[in-house]
Amino acid sequence: MNRDFYHSLIFDLSRPGRRAYAIPTNGCTPSIAELPPQLMRESAPQLPEVDEPTIVRHYTNLSTNNFGVDSGFYPLGSCTMKYNPKINEEIASLPSMASLHPYQPDSTVQGALEAYWNLNRALSEIGGMSEFTLNPFAGAHGELTGLMVIRAYHDSRGDAKRTKVIVPDSAHGTNPASAAVAGLKVVEVKSLPDGTVDVEALRGLLDDSVAAVMMTNPNTAGIFEHNIPEIARMAHEAGALMYYDGANLNPMLGISRPGDMGFDVMHINLHKTFSTPHGGGGPGSGPVGVRAGLEQFLPNPRVVRNDDGTFSLTRSDDSLGSVSATLGNFAVQLRALSYILSLGNDGLMMAGPLATLNANYIKESLRDLYCLPIDRVCKHEFVFDGLADKSTGVTTLNVAKRLLDHGFHAPTIYFPLLFHESLMIEPTETESIDTLDRFIDVMRSIAEEAKSNPDMVKEAPHRTPVRHPDDTAAALNPVVTYFELTND
Amino acid sequence: MIHRYFPHTKQEIDTMLKRCGVTSLDDLYADVPQELRLEKAYDLPAEMSEKEVRDYFDRLGSRNRRLTCFAGAGFYDHYTPSVIPALISRSEFLTAYTPYQPEISQGTLQYIFEYQSMMATLTGMEVSNASMYDGTTATAEAMMMAVAHARRRNRVLVSATLNPATRRVVETYARYHGVTVDIIAEDPQLGVTSRADLEAKLAEGNVAGVILPTPNFYGILEDLTGIADLCHANKALLILNTIPSALGVIRTPGSWGADIAVGDGQSLGMPLSYGGPYLGFICCSKALIRKMPGRIVGATKDADGQRVFVLTLQAREQHIRRDKATSNICSNQGLMALYATIYLAVMGADGLRRINEESYAGAHWLMEQLTATGKLTPAYPDSPVLNEFVMTSRVDIDELIARCIAEGILPGVKIAPDRILIAVTEMQSRADMERLVKIVDAL
Repeated sequence: MNRDFYHSLIFDLSRPGRRAYAIPTNGCTPSIAELPPQLMRESAPQLPEVDEPTIVRHYTNLSTNNFGVDSGFYPLGSCTMKYNPKINEEIASLPSMASLHPYQPDSTVQGALEAYWNLNRALSEIGGMSEFTLNPFAGAHGELTGLMVIRAYHDSRGDAKRTKVIVPDSAHGTNPASAAVAGLKVVEVKSLPDGTVDVEALRGLLDDSVAAVMMTNPNTAGIFEHNIPEIARMAHEAGALMYYDGANLNPMLGISRPGDMGFDVMHINLHKTFSTPHGGGGPGSGPVGVRAGLEQFLPNPRVVRNDDGTFSLTRSDDSLGSVSATLGNFAVQLRALSYILSLGNDGLMMAGPLATLNANYIKESLRDLYCLPIDRVCKHEFVFDGLADKSTGVTTLNVAKRLLDHGFHAPTIYFPLLFHESLMIEPTETESIDTLDRFIDVMRSIAEEAKSNPDMVKEAPHRTPVRHPDDTAAALNPVVTYFELTND
Repeated sequence: MIHRYFPHTKQEIDTMLKRCGVTSLDDLYADVPQELRLEKAYDLPAEMSEKEVRDYFDRLGSRNRRLTCFAGAGFYDHYTPSVIPALISRSEFLTAYTPYQPEISQGTLQYIFEYQSMMATLTGMEVSNASMYDGTTATAEAMMMAVAHARRRNRVLVSATLNPATRRVVETYARYHGVTVDIIAEDPQLGVTSRADLEAKLAEGNVAGVILPTPNFYGILEDLTGIADLCHANKALLILNTIPSALGVIRTPGSWGADIAVGDGQSLGMPLSYGGPYLGFICCSKALIRKMPGRIVGATKDADGQRVFVLTLQAREQHIRRDKATSNICSNQGLMALYATIYLAVMGADGLRRINEESYAGAHWLMEQLTATGKLTPAYPDSPVLNEFVMTSRVDIDELIARCIAEGILPGVKIAPDRILIAVTEMQSRADMERLVKIVDAL
């Protein structure tokens, strides 16, 4: 982390007369001045004028004010911040893939279509599903697509009264939001003190107005929903479909498949379980899988394998429609396929158990100093409800900020909403015991410090390049462009 | 031996299991009912070395054809300056998550702020968000924004000249979101939105928003004089779908009086990459900022009085508002926003203008030459285009495309049985264009 905070915006470096571009000329004579003036810009955009070395130094300096998985431990719960293998980046930018136009005839993109097909097959094997579309761009987009599949299924049966989705109170925020975008009403089902869904409460909510039950398993508390066979049976009996939010799929690698748990539709976050980089907030990829009998509802276009072994794009009228122009974030899909091939069968079978081992190791090493509201074996992640000793007034936010001083990214905080002081920790399988031990030592030292010098923790962070940004002022009077800054 | 991505030695696994009070990894899954457990390993290939992975993808790549690209239809073959891949592959950018902790995420937050600023000036709008997935979903989100803004009105008008890929996604979102989409007819001679039909459909009432493109699907610059007033007189928001590279020279959505500007950022030098990742953008007036989907970065001060950046107005978002959020979007296309930002820094206003001049010159020269072959004629000769145009063919288009591909050229996109859409950028040389003309001439 750059201790000398680099302040400049690219606009600050602009000087009239500098340039970084060089453009080839084709020697053709028609002039753009022939276009009608009323269709043209009145004045040039206020973009910076900078040279190439200045650009390179600026963004290199900016990058040093950032923290990624390559910088250090990133135990952000439900985000699965695992190592992003380097070879995947090279595969994604191979000219034989990166140069393809999305509307090239199928005969000229057989290799690309085969990559799409092979990833679909691998994800279907891992998910226990019949077919995956890779078109959705991110996890939430996958949720929306999956719910559209479910609506298309009910519509195809003339079952128009199913307008509700049941979502546990521990669900990721995208679940209810995706349901709303898909035109469905959200009904929340409570969790029991052990973090699992209250099966009896769920039974009371199931009727012929329910389109789907949407669940994450393991849930956001990191607890495996062991009643899932019973829940699936009840939902199916009521005519609803089961949706699996794959954000927490990682610990189930090598253990159990959502299809075998009774789920009908699921999405996978390739940028979580399958190691594609998060890129500071994307691009991700959210493939959606369905069990046999639902394939025809998947979005257009679909990739099919013909009898002669060639691949084609198809569109069908039964489909829910389209959620993307073409086949989604193709280069992200290539990275995920590269990861699956690199790990191989044995590696994939080990990923889930090692992620679970790492999470339980941290949990067991800190449970005396942090409040553990659900005392069970967790899966890939677990939740503390703040410090065990609440008398110091040190909050989860304070602990998170103090971690930054020690060179760690903070866990997810104040989520899930089940607890007031949620501190959600997910280490992933690519962290060594050395890293985990260092993290445990720091977490323990913070708990001690909360008693010996609580103000030190409450006023954290102390060592980061930026301290205590004023969020309230930012929201009250939003300044969201450079041009508003200079008018300040 | 354990896999190269996992640091665990056998001894360490035993130590950790002991701390957890269990004797095997399997014990950690005692709560997973036996009937749900995998009975055998996945049926997937064994671990590959890097060389084998590389060989695998080289083999797939050899089954693709790299073509000189005159295809556009929303996705354009522009040059990617080398500084972009070099800088975006800095792993501090690449391997970071959404910047929830501003103290250690100023790199991401600051480039998003730069991105928002650049998109605002490019589109002539007041504000931008941090990015959407792509141009099609950004347009669908703008539709939902208009409906949320209008409260009770739930009808949206969409021009027939909008890219059909975008229209399909808008129609899909509309169907499930309970929005009625009505298509505004096009003037068949001019290839532009029919103003008479727009007026008639607005007069029917209940319109929350109007979605128009410029440049439109045919590459035509639509004259939108008076359109914003017409929409606003009917209390409808005007949503303009546009192409950011073209905004270096053409009149901006802001100048046309649009309330929301949307589109795909791919034209800002992003590799075609068989469909993605690209970048959706959404810009709007400041009055609508609290209705906007997605992340927004704002400037503020920290405890030491420094200018710093944070995610702001998060009360609109799914992790706070859940089913009442303005959108379900969470991950967006963060790194592609950095891509666009560096591209626009490299080009500047002058470079963008030069690219458009070259593209215009090439496109118009090629149109004249293709017309001179007698095989193709411009479909809309009286409408102004920038760098993309529709030709009506007297020869079989499938054969034309097949002959060109045999010579390593993708001549365009077939958009009707007798019509082809052709785009020119700074990437196609005079020699490339001459080769295309020669093939067509010989048909």
